[in-house]
Amino acid sequence: MIEFVGVTKRYPDGTVAVDALDLVVEAGKVTVFVGPSGCGKTTSLRMINRMIDATAGRILIDGRDITEIDPAQLRRGIGYVIQNAGLFPHRTILDNIATVPRLVGWSKTKARARAAALMEIVGLDPALAKRYPAQLSGGQQQRVGVARALAADPPILLMDEPFSAVDPVVRESLQDELLRLQSELGKTIVFVTHDIDEAIKLGDKVAVFRVGGKLAQYDEPGTLLARPADGFVDGFVGRDRGYRGLGFTFADVPLGELPTVQLGAPAAPGWRLVVDAEQRPTGWLPGGLPAEPGNVVPGGSLHDVTSGTLRSALDAALSSPSGLGVAVDAEGRVVGAIAADEVLAALDRRRAAVS
Amino acid sequence: MTWVLANLDRLLSLTLEHLYFSVIPVVLGLVLAIPIGWAAGLRPAVRAVLVNVSGLLYTVPSIALFVLMPVVLGTQIRSQVNVFAALTIYTLALLVRTVVDGLSAVPSGVVDAATAMGYGRVRRFLEVELPLAVPVIVAGLRVAAASTVSLVTVAALVGFANLGSLFTDGFQRDIPQSVVAGIVLVLLVALVLDRIIVYVGRLLTPWTRVTSRPARAVARPASPEVAP
Ligand SMILES: Nc1ncnc2c1ncn2[C@@H]1O[C@H](COP(=O)(O)OP(=O)(O)OP(=O)(O)O)[C@@H](O)[C@H]1O
Ligand SMILES: [Mg+2]
Repeated sequence: MIEFVGVTKRYPDGTVAVDALDLVVEAGKVTVFVGPSGCGKTTSLRMINRMIDATAGRILIDGRDITEIDPAQLRRGIGYVIQNAGLFPHRTILDNIATVPRLVGWSKTKARARAAALMEIVGLDPALAKRYPAQLSGGQQQRVGVARALAADPPILLMDEPFSAVDPVVRESLQDELLRLQSELGKTIVFVTHDIDEAIKLGDKVAVFRVGGKLAQYDEPGTLLARPADGFVDGFVGRDRGYRGLGFTFADVPLGELPTVQLGAPAAPGWRLVVDAEQRPTGWLPGGLPAEPGNVVPGGSLHDVTSGTLRSALDAALSSPSGLGVAVDAEGRVVGAIAADEVLAALDRRRAAVS
Repeated sequence: MTWVLANLDRLLSLTLEHLYFSVIPVVLGLVLAIPIGWAAGLRPAVRAVLVNVSGLLYTVPSIALFVLMPVVLGTQIRSQVNVFAALTIYTLALLVRTVVDGLSAVPSGVVDAATAMGYGRVRRFLEVELPLAVPVIVAGLRVAAASTVSLVTVAALVGFANLGSLFTDGFQRDIPQSVVAGIVLVLLVALVLDRIIVYVGRLLTPWTRVTSRPARAVARPASPEVAP
């Protein structure tokens, strides 16, 4: 657990980057600091490992004031990942990852063995071990950055816009990877971004900062979307927040009948869902046409009833050519139809139950 | 050619002497320039002073510096120390600047990352900043070595035998072969030292020669489950 108690940072030129911050970062959770440029996210993050010293207030890690700990010692116990990875250009990938184990005195062999294990954990091809950072793609470099931060198994991980320099597709896969890693490792992660969507996707809790270094709201992502504290947060959270909020709402949606058909069947009126022998959907067949491959139109998104949210249910209905969403089980087999009004009705019932 | 053959022994010993007077100041200058350059980089004010002073030093004529050394150091007029000290000062003047430049060219993100990882200042300097400054330092060292090799010839004027003696002898006794041999050998010494520096530099910087960048990471998008 990391506690900010009345923490203020005033730079020598008078800029107040962080203003009387009170905040508790929970252990084993992902806490995201988000806000517009210059709102003090990086400053707040760097005060945790004493790269920057607070002007006033205290920061406690597991109850211990960090100013009592030698900075180098403190930092070896806190992983740090920065934008563009900050890898050492003169060291191979393996030796980059082995940095902190070496610093804390492991033998070269042991540190390298650990580094090799980490390459596997973060999904890096072992063939890259002997390369230099310049020989890797941006996405691969970020993975190395994460591996390096994790090498000495620190309980805390600080990440400053680690994925903002890679293209959206790679970023998404890095985010998914981080969530997967976190579900296995359970680190205390503080993640800085200016991208609210990234914050909402990754955060167990999200701290929204406003310029001037003030905390505007600190809540779970669903709460942030449903009940922004003020106009600033509302504006920052952005468009479609009602719809995006459904992504954090789980409720049972009653499933309707779904006419299904297999290839080779004769024509019949009305939309029918084409399925394969295992009852997995392959597309939609418009009314009046025989079930031949040339007549099948692509379907919309699928709603997995075991893990889906109201957002995925609504999207399944809205994106389907027939107007009926396809609900599937964990194995991808069709279990029923979703109508958009049923999703809204489920949302109403849930609201009534909560309030 | 016959002159060369007749004087082979002397040419060899003068060449070795020349190497001796060149290599020691360059090595000393480098060893001193590294900590001074580092210290200079830490404080902008110190840095400005050092860079300016070292620039000025370079404008002092070498012959004056050779003659001045005994006065400053209290050494014997005929002591080799004078030559070493003077030439070391020249190398230092060149290399301090180079080291400062090389260190400030290290990407700040890399230095930050090293700090965040828990490096202490000294270890960070030795293991991260200095190795990354090597390419710039090597470039400066090549200039310093070439200039020292040519400055050493001036020391012949104040009585220290080296390849420069071939010029003074050649002029005084009117032996053009001697002057030509001197020029060729000075160039040769400079060239050999330069090659050695480049070679050692390459050994120290294997990472600078990797340019091939493979295709980007295979993107694995979280594909929205789209029914066909
Ligand atoms: N070393 C410094 N000296 C003076 N002011 C600084 C310094 N570092 C940051 N600041 C100022 O402090 C404020 C907060 O900076 P910080 O880097 O923490 O912002 P940020 O939220 O990380 O922004 P970004 O999203 O652009 O990275 C800004 O106004 C910035 O200009
Ligand atoms: Mg920042």
